[in-house]
Amino acid sequence: MRQVLAIFKREFAAYFATPVAYVFIVIFLLAMGAFTFYVGHFYDNGVANLSVFFGYHPWLYLFLVPAVGMRLWAEERRLGTMELLLTLPIPIWASVLGKFLAAWAFTGVALALTFPIWITVNYLGNPDNGAIAASYIGSFLMAGGYLAISAAISATTNNQVIAFVVSVLVCFLFTISGAPLVLDFFQAWAPIVLVNTISSFSFLTHFQAISSGVIDLRDLIYFGSLIALFLTVNVVLVDLKKTS
Amino acid sequence: MIVIEKLTKNFGPIAAVSDIDLVVAKGEVLGFLGPNGAGKSTTMKMIAGYLTPSAGRVSICGHDVETDTIRAQSNLGYLPEGAPAYGDMTPRQFLAFIAEVRGFRGADAKKRAADAAAITELESVLEQPIETLSKGFKRRVGFAQAILHDPPVLVMDEPTDGLDPNQKHSVRDLIHAMAAEKAIIISTHLLEEVEAVCTRAVIIDRGRIVADGTPASLLARSRHHNAVTLSLPVDQVAAAKAALQAQPGISSVEEVARHDGIATLTAYPRATDLIIENVSALAASQHWDVKELYAEAGRLDDVFRALTTSDAQRARERAGVVA
Repeated sequence: MRQVLAIFKREFAAYFATPVAYVFIVIFLLAMGAFTFYVGHFYDNGVANLSVFFGYHPWLYLFLVPAVGMRLWAEERRLGTMELLLTLPIPIWASVLGKFLAAWAFTGVALALTFPIWITVNYLGNPDNGAIAASYIGSFLMAGGYLAISAAISATTNNQVIAFVVSVLVCFLFTISGAPLVLDFFQAWAPIVLVNTISSFSFLTHFQAISSGVIDLRDLIYFGSLIALFLTVNVVLVDLKKTS
Repeated sequence: MIVIEKLTKNFGPIAAVSDIDLVVAKGEVLGFLGPNGAGKSTTMKMIAGYLTPSAGRVSICGHDVETDTIRAQSNLGYLPEGAPAYGDMTPRQFLAFIAEVRGFRGADAKKRAADAAAITELESVLEQPIETLSKGFKRRVGFAQAILHDPPVLVMDEPTDGLDPNQKHSVRDLIHAMAAEKAIIISTHLLEEVEAVCTRAVIIDRGRIVADGTPASLLARSRHHNAVTLSLPVDQVAAAKAALQAQPGISSVEEVARHDGIATLTAYPRATDLIIENVSALAASQHWDVKELYAEAGRLDDVFRALTTSDAQRARERAGVVA
């Protein structure tokens, strides 16, 4: 566990050692603001809640989270520090977990910095703060899901651009599988069980369930097991690198 | 301390390392020699647990690298080829990180990092990001990282590559200073390094060990072993050559250089006989104006070239096999 902490500290500091972290946070906040106020017409809706704001999270994460996750392993492979990391007496799972938690904490920092919008909505009206808190938790879990996918894909290449593009694609599939676009297509002919299964793989379905203000154990288990699955895949992929 | 048994690594159809057996004991400094692509780095990566062998096993201080990886790696200091380090960190941060993952805490961790930095003379650059450091300092950061936990086994892939002569000398001094307490493997293609620091030299070619012995025993295999070189005025060369060739202990005499009226001859002994006394007695009795006269211990590059193949040659052979 101490090694997880050591890796976590190193990775977390690495984000802030370069301007990347600040650029990312600024873009993240600008994009959140732009979508909420201009595309989502936050003021025009005249409703004191943040559903517009949270509604864009899956789509923004689709591009922003792979950008956070792409460097995790691809950079180590390119710079040769992977050889250093894997020859230190650290179990692979500890490296995988430490890196993931650092990147997740970083997205958490970016997400937390959206707090002015929470202040705004409380200033303008009386929103359901419980639902907002639940949405923040759901959003953070969803970011973890996207990140676990991106981290695992990052371990397959030494090229960050490839890691980014493939991660966006895989994350897109996980997002879209619950969207009406896909479900309508299946609903016409497929048995309801299949439609529900496809829908249940979707980030959207589970995120929307949580952002309605109800934190259901099933949704937590969904995100928890998805993260665990992709971290396991990540460990296997790093281990496979040793036999190549 | 290091036991390597039947170690083999195949990359697809290419055998990078085949059936290497090696035991390195405490107090030994083993120089791992071979042309580029002979399998030196691949072998070291398997010792360090970065690559999994296709067959065979490695153990460090009794811990199998494949099945007891963490304990084996705890006993190992490893400097990978090119001394990779996290460029965004300063040497102080980097060594603190290494100390932490190696299980040192608090004051002990600080002292370990400070000692490693002091031994490798990093104090002046402790606060500069590693990516801004010169090659020599980067190499020493990697060296500091490898010795921070005072490991009983040290494996270093080309520790002096890219260093200037002063830096090479200080790294060799460091290796000397640690040699008695550790089992050390260094790879190099600098032959003079083997003579300078190693107690044992292993030459590998195409993934196989082709020579294993003390540097002196390898030198004895050189055709220059005990050869005598002398320089004398050009007008005496013909007579000297004939007289030397007539000696029973000498197999051949070659003129190796000629400039400014001085010619240099090398006389090769018939067996491994010591011929310098005969040659110097002969020179005195014949009244040659000898400017220079010395016996050679041998040349490692003779041995190296005789035992190994160049990468171009291997590529040609491989292409030939495919065609």
